Amino acid sequence: MREPLRPLRLAWTFFRISALNELQYRVNFFLQLVQSLVAVATALAVLALVFSHTAQLGGWSRDELLAVLGVHILMGGVIRAVIQPNMQRLIDDVRQGTLDYALTKPADAQLLASTREFRIWQGVDVLVGAVVLAVAAVRVEAAVGIWSALGFAVALLLGAILVYCFWLALTIGAFWIVRMEFIVELFDGVYQAGRWPVTIYPGWLRIGFTFLVPIAFAVTLPAEGVTGRLDGATLAGAAAFTAALLAFTRWLWRTGLRRYAGASA
Amino acid sequence: MTAVAADRRAGGMADFYRTVMRTAVIEQFQYRAANYAYMVGMITEPVIYLVVWSTVARAQGGAVEGITPGEFAAYYIVWTLVRNMNIVFTPYGWEQRIREGHLSAMLLRPVHPIHYDLAFFAGWKFVVIVLWLPLAAVLSLVFRPTFAITPLEAVVFTVAIWGAYLIRSFMLWVLGMVTFWTTRVSALYELYFTAELLLSGRLVPLVLMPTWVLAVSNVLPFRWTFGFPIEVLAGDLAPRELLVGLAVQVLWVALGAALVAGVWRLGIARYAAVGN
Repeated sequence: MREPLRPLRLAWTFFRISALNELQYRVNFFLQLVQSLVAVATALAVLALVFSHTAQLGGWSRDELLAVLGVHILMGGVIRAVIQPNMQRLIDDVRQGTLDYALTKPADAQLLASTREFRIWQGVDVLVGAVVLAVAAVRVEAAVGIWSALGFAVALLLGAILVYCFWLALTIGAFWIVRMEFIVELFDGVYQAGRWPVTIYPGWLRIGFTFLVPIAFAVTLPAEGVTGRLDGATLAGAAAFTAALLAFTRWLWRTGLRRYAGASA
Repeated sequence: MTAVAADRRAGGMADFYRTVMRTAVIEQFQYRAANYAYMVGMITEPVIYLVVWSTVARAQGGAVEGITPGEFAAYYIVWTLVRNMNIVFTPYGWEQRIREGHLSAMLLRPVHPIHYDLAFFAGWKFVVIVLWLPLAAVLSLVFRPTFAITPLEAVVFTVAIWGAYLIRSFMLWVLGMVTFWTTRVSALYELYFTAELLLSGRLVPLVLMPTWVLAVSNVLPFRWTFGFPIEVLAGDLAPRELLVGLAVQVLWVALGAALVAGVWRLGIARYAAVGN
């Protein structure tokens, strides 16, 4: 590719088109806001309930769990605004054979398939999560320095990439098994587990939530960044795991694409 | 109506229920794989609650409000069955029923449409219970619940899960019928289900809630469809509490049926959809 920034420009263009399209439906913003606020109120009530019976949960204080909640909501917003819509469309395209339209375009097909859809109103959760996170950061005793803020940002980015890889790997399954719609519901169910730090789960579940479904990396690790528990070695390990998973998903994408028969027959 | 005619009518109704239930069993058993995937996905929710509260119990020296991790395990394993008994015709389905005119076809039948829903979902439950047994076995092996079930508790539980099924069917029918008046119902449903989550015992055994929440939950239907049946089997209720619970369920069934009848009569007068 001659221009190194071309993929970014392409993604930005798609984002603008989706945003312009969705901005037409402004009532949806308020509906989404009401839904997000009800969800946050419920989550806060649960947190209050748990901490009315105990002072700490698996070594995490109430304010630290508030940080986990903030990251969980924020990451959930990213998933529903960016990752899930693209993957759902990919599943539909494979089933209907309309992936042809993406494959025949003069750009990388994986990039196109991953950036075509943005649901900006779902992004309300990103804002709500950021607010919860900011409140938590103020209340946590440990002062949030420049390094832990940076660690948090890097961990958040790595987490988002890992969730993307995980979703894409599952979606690529659609090249073999056509009916994949159920994974959306399955993922939503499992993602709820991320509302609590993975360290409280028993061993076998914790391993599952770390490497099979990367909830540990997506939610707990960034929250550790905010609460000053994250060390450089863990972050480097997460970066290495992310790189490996990215390479693996890329390979899987190419293999899966060879199975794709298309609609023109 | 003479006694003979009344007899014949009751017999016809029983026939109707038997036939629809049998159809539901056959139909849903064909989709056993999909049914199973759905049930497995549902299990993450109670497992999360169970892990959180077991952690709290251990941090408090073995029990919260007298509930041990083994008793939490019992509660949330019975939870999975009661949750399945609580699945009834969704209020979100009413919009489609009305918009696409399915209701028009249902109106042509000589029986009230609620009988079809009640019979169909009741039949489905038998498939669900059969599929649930192996899941419960696996969960029991993993989480080691402590049960102390008396014969009376077993009998009351068998009745109470069907009481729960009836109450929730009626309540969600009433909620769904709001669609006769307005189709902007999603925010209302959201609030209803949030209240249900917090006040039914779905989230947590209600004894862990503040006392005022407990008082509120006693006079609302939610607890009698969820927390009560679970506590019958997993808790330690006195025989008197068991029978009082059943009596409250009977009250809610009666109230629910009256509400369905009343709202239906008002709503159907406003109904004017396309037929086909």
